[in-house]
This record gives sequence, C-alpha cells and structure tokens, in this order.
Amino acid sequence: MESSLNVNNWLRRYGFLSGVLVIAFVIIVWRYAVDPQVTTAVLASTLRQSTPLVLGALCGLLGERSGVVNIGIEGQMLLAAFIGFLASVYTGNLALAIAAGMLTGALMGLLLAFMSVTLKMDQIIGGTVINILAIGLTGYFYTAGLTTQGKLQPIPLGPLADIPLFGRVFFNNPPITYATLILVMVVHYVLFFTRWGLRTRAVGEHPSAADTVGINVFTIRYVNVIIGGAIAGLAGAYLSLEAVGSFERLMTNGRGFVALAVMLFGKRTPLGSWGAALLFGFASALQTQLQFGGEIEIPHQFIGMLPYLLTILVLAGFVGRTRDPKALGQPYETE
Amino acid sequence: MMNPEIESSPGNGRFLSTLQQIWRSISVPLTAVLLAALIGAILLIASGASPLEAYAALFKGSFGNAQAIGRTLEKATPLIFSGLAVAFAFKAGLFNIGAQGQLLFGAIVAAFLGFSIEGLPAIIHAPLALIGGAAAGALYGAIPGALRTYTGAHEVITTIMLNYIAINITDYLADGPWKDMTPGNIVARTPKILPSAEIPYIGNVPVGFILSVLAAVVVWWLLWHTTIGYEIRTVGLNSHAAHYAGMRVAWTVILTMALSGLLAGLGGAVETQGVVGRYQPGFNIALGFDGITIALLGKTHPFGVIPAALLVGAMKAGSSQMQFSAGVAKEITDVIQALILFFVAADVIVRWIIRMRASDGDQVTFSSNWGQS
Repeated sequence: MESSLNVNNWLRRYGFLSGVLVIAFVIIVWRYAVDPQVTTAVLASTLRQSTPLVLGALCGLLGERSGVVNIGIEGQMLLAAFIGFLASVYTGNLALAIAAGMLTGALMGLLLAFMSVTLKMDQIIGGTVINILAIGLTGYFYTAGLTTQGKLQPIPLGPLADIPLFGRVFFNNPPITYATLILVMVVHYVLFFTRWGLRTRAVGEHPSAADTVGINVFTIRYVNVIIGGAIAGLAGAYLSLEAVGSFERLMTNGRGFVALAVMLFGKRTPLGSWGAALLFGFASALQTQLQFGGEIEIPHQFIGMLPYLLTILVLAGFVGRTRDPKALGQPYETE
Repeated sequence: MMNPEIESSPGNGRFLSTLQQIWRSISVPLTAVLLAALIGAILLIASGASPLEAYAALFKGSFGNAQAIGRTLEKATPLIFSGLAVAFAFKAGLFNIGAQGQLLFGAIVAAFLGFSIEGLPAIIHAPLALIGGAAAGALYGAIPGALRTYTGAHEVITTIMLNYIAINITDYLADGPWKDMTPGNIVARTPKILPSAEIPYIGNVPVGFILSVLAAVVVWWLLWHTTIGYEIRTVGLNSHAAHYAGMRVAWTVILTMALSGLLAGLGGAVETQGVVGRYQPGFNIALGFDGITIALLGKTHPFGVIPAALLVGAMKAGSSQMQFSAGVAKEITDVIQALILFFVAADVIVRWIIRMRASDGDQVTFSSNWGQS
C-alpha cells in the first residue's frame, strides 16, 4: 500500500520529466548509431551554447529569489566580456582575465543593487540603464585590431573523455564550461539546503516578515545581486575568452535576455534552468548545423531567429505556470 | 525689492506659479544632463582628450550654422517618433523596448511602397508610403500587446526578442525578394525610392521634423482630451481600478502597443523617405533604443520628448565634427546618453543635489512582475 502510493507520487512529480529524458536518450542513441560524428558535435555544441545561458539564468534567479528583477544581465555580460578581453590582451593571463570579467560583473551587480535597493528605482529602468551603459562604454573604449594570446582550451579529463558520446560531450570541455556545471549544483545546494538560501527566499517572498525575525533585507539583496553579477560576468568571460577568443561589439547578441526566459522556463531553480538552457543550446547547435551542414536550403536569417522565436514561445506558454516570488520587483521600505 | 502689491496681485501670482511649475518639471532633467556632461568630461580627460575642445566641436557641429541646425533637426526627427512611441506606452504602464523592431518594419515597408509603386503623384505617393510604414509598425507593435494580454508574457522580453526577429526578417527582405538588383550592387539593400515618395525639405528644415512635432501634438491631444486617452492613463495608473470601472483593460493594452508601434513605424518611414532614401540594414540601428532615454528625459510627456530628442539629435549631429576636429570617438555620446538616463531615472540623487522634494507621481514605475497582465 505504502509503496504503491510512493510510486504514484514519484510518477506524478517526475513522470513527465523522466518521459522526456527517456525519449531524448533514445533519440540521441539512435542518431548516434546513424551518424556518430555529427551527433557528438551537435551535443558538444549544445552543452557549450547552453553555458552562457545557464550562467545568465543563475544570475537572474539569484536576484529574483531575493526580490530583485535583473534585466541588465545582457549589459553585465557585455561589459564583462569586454573587460575580460582587455585584461587578457594586456596581461596575457587568462585566469586573471576571467577574474577581471567576474569583478566587472560584480561591480555592475553592485550598481543594480544600489539603484534598486538603496535608491528604490524602478528595477526595469535600472536594468535598462545598465544595458545602455554597457553598450556605450564598450563602444567608446573599443579599439579594433586588439588580439589575445589565444583562448581557453578544452581540458580532457583523462580516460573519462574517451567514453564514446557522453564522455566526449561532458568530459572534454574548456574550464568555464566545467565551472558552469559545478556552479549549477552549488547554487542549487545553497539556495535550497542552506540557511543563506532559506533567508534569500524568505526575503523574496515576505521581506517584512524576514525583517521582523532579524534578517537584514538590504544585505541579502545586495549580496545576491552582486554574486549574480559575478556569475553573469563569468558568462561574459565565456563569450570573449572561451567561445570566440576576441571581443566584438554587441557580441552578447541578446543572450542576457534569452537567459531570463531560460530562468522562467526552469521555474527559477538552478537545475530546471540548466535543463531549459540545454534546450535553448540545442536550438542554437541545430541552427549552426543547419547553416553549415548544407542539408536544407533555408535563408540563414530564418535559422538565425530560431532562439528568439523559441524564447517568445516559451514565455507565452510557460510564464503563467510559474509562481513569482511575492515581493518581486518591489523595493523594501523599513517602517 | 519687489512691490508687495504687485506680488499679491492674482495675475502675477499665477505667472510666478507657472514659472515655478516649469522649473519643477525641467530642473531634474536639466541637472541630469549637466551631471552626465560632467562625468563625460572626466572620461574624456581620462582618455587624454580636452573636454572643452570636444564639447565646443560638438556644439559647433550641431548648432554652429544653418546647415548644422538642419542636420540636428534631421537627426532629431526619428528620435521624436521613437521617444513618443516609448512615452506613449509608458502612460499605460507598458515598457516598449521594441520600438527598434517596429521602426525597422516601418522603414522597410515605406521603402517597398516607395520603390515599387510607379506613376503616382507625390501628393498621394509619399503619404501612402508613410501610412504603409505606420501600419507595419502598428501591426508589429500589437504582437507583444496581444502576447501580454493573452499569455502574460512580459513585453520587456518579448519586444527585445521581436527586435532580433525584425532584424533578421528585414535583412532577409533587403537581401532577397526586395533586393536592389542594379548591376554592380552586391550589398543587401532595397532599390532607391522614387522621387514622388520622398519627403522634401523647406530650406534647411526637413518636413519630417514638422510631421514629428505634429505627431507630438496629436499624442498629447489623444492622451488628455479623449476617452481612449483617459482609459490608457487609468490602466497605467492602476489596471485593477480600471477593470472595476468597467474599462476594457485587455483591449487598451493591445491598442496602446499598436499605437506605440505606429509611432515608431512612422519614425522609420520618415527616416527612409526623408533621409536614407532606401532601406539598408544597419542604417536605423539604435534609433529605437534612444527612444527610451528620450522618453524618460522628456518625463514621458509628448512635449517633453521634443526638446529631449533635439538634445540627443544634436549630440548625433555634432559627433562627427567632434570626432573630426577634436579626435574624440563618436561613441562618447552613447556613454553620455547612458549617464543621462541613469541620472534621470535615479532622480533621488539629482533631487538631493538640487535640494528638491519629489511630488507624488513623479517617478515612473512599471509592474515588474513577469506573470501578471
């Protein structure tokens, strides 16, 4: 009796998800049997394309769980990509460059927190300020022709990387992609299994109650938004130091906004966002494959808008089914 | 010393209070602009340029002579339209970041009507292309309105996504079915529009500029002197109250976004027919985003949008001169614009500097929640 109830419960909670996973697994194995090379390439590209999106989503959900909407992720990424790139040009040290990118993101996070928590500005406008500021600053200080010593290279994890398909996809990646996989787990743990996470969620739901029991609402929001900014900065560093190896104007290309859709699709949980990001990453990987595989004749512009269309569809279909933190977007006033 | 009798006379008092009111409404934007220019100067010094020289060149290039003033008006024209588009949506509590995409559609449809229809007199052809561009913008603007109403998808994200989609679609059209097939042309662009579709100049003043000022008047009239305008503003202030008062909130949201898109589309059409002469990808970029800065700088009032757009237009008109004679990269104007936006939005800081208390309803706020409509 007891066990059958458990099975029912389990099915209700994870049935759909497991179904999707099983179907995905079957399709992947089938495609692998047909064409191992392309399948491995598409999946590896899926994982890498999803990296900046997961990071952006982690940034977004840390802010939103504590009650601060961050639509400035795009700008945080862009400026971090630029500063990270400059640091790599002038020091030649990629680790230092990543740190510079994360610091930039954190500073932009500080600015957002200052605007939305201290000045109590409208958070949507605050995020827009960050986006426009990033476009202006990177445009002004950008000089064409700067080159770096190279970009972050894949580090195969010994024998693990030789496992066909999954080993090659998961264990043969550059450092920021590994770091992202770890960060997803860490943020999930912190948010749902630590005192800090509980306080963060409390502040996002009911700041005055949290305040009453002695939690400092301002501190929680500041710290979450700043850490989120550093994570968005890592996404920027990924773009300029790991994916491309140089900086281009407006190179974020809307990823910061797509990341918000990823976050909503993942119901503001790190693991859910990771799954959603993989879906978006798959759309991008498929896009590249269609564009250069030359199998179907579609104008490249139509393939190019796939991720954006997907974002709108996801938003239209799923946004009503997630529950916003109650205090989302509202500045907190002490009495 | 002022004569107390004159001071207490009612006519004079009203005059003084009007002055006070005007000062109240322009002091914050004015201070924001000055602060932004100040920080811009610091940035210029940091990068080894002389701010005085740069700003002098900027001024000379935008207001130095009749030609420069004409250029400023020309640059301000699409900005007035996009600023009106954003400000108009603000009034209903909606943030239309998609003015960019709506403007692109207006521009390319006006170009298409401008080059493809032959044999019409200018008095019919030019307005026809304008109307076509406006309709295209309105339709594209209605999409995020409908998404917001029926699915709850927040317009901030959907309009940004629609911007990218618009760039792709217009690129496709300009490089595919509507491409300029003149021998020797390899770039993606439409053919030149016919002279009958062009919007002329009166002296140095572009007719498009006059149209944009007229548009501001129409928007003002619509918002404050019609029932629809009353509904739009009520929805913006409190959509629940509007609902209980029997207003059709869903319809109002869609209509507002469509009208906002119409204004942006008109801006694109005027730019195509008055300045560019064809649609070419990359030529209209950023005009829509500037609309956000302009709307906020103009305190989301249609008549505030005009001076705000003139200011930004002047920066655009003078930036080439600045780059040429002071050796300062044009993009510094983008930085200054972002700073202006920051200080206007963070008016707490500005008010603290000029020691002024906020009056109710001065600050712009949106519903920041993703899910509600």
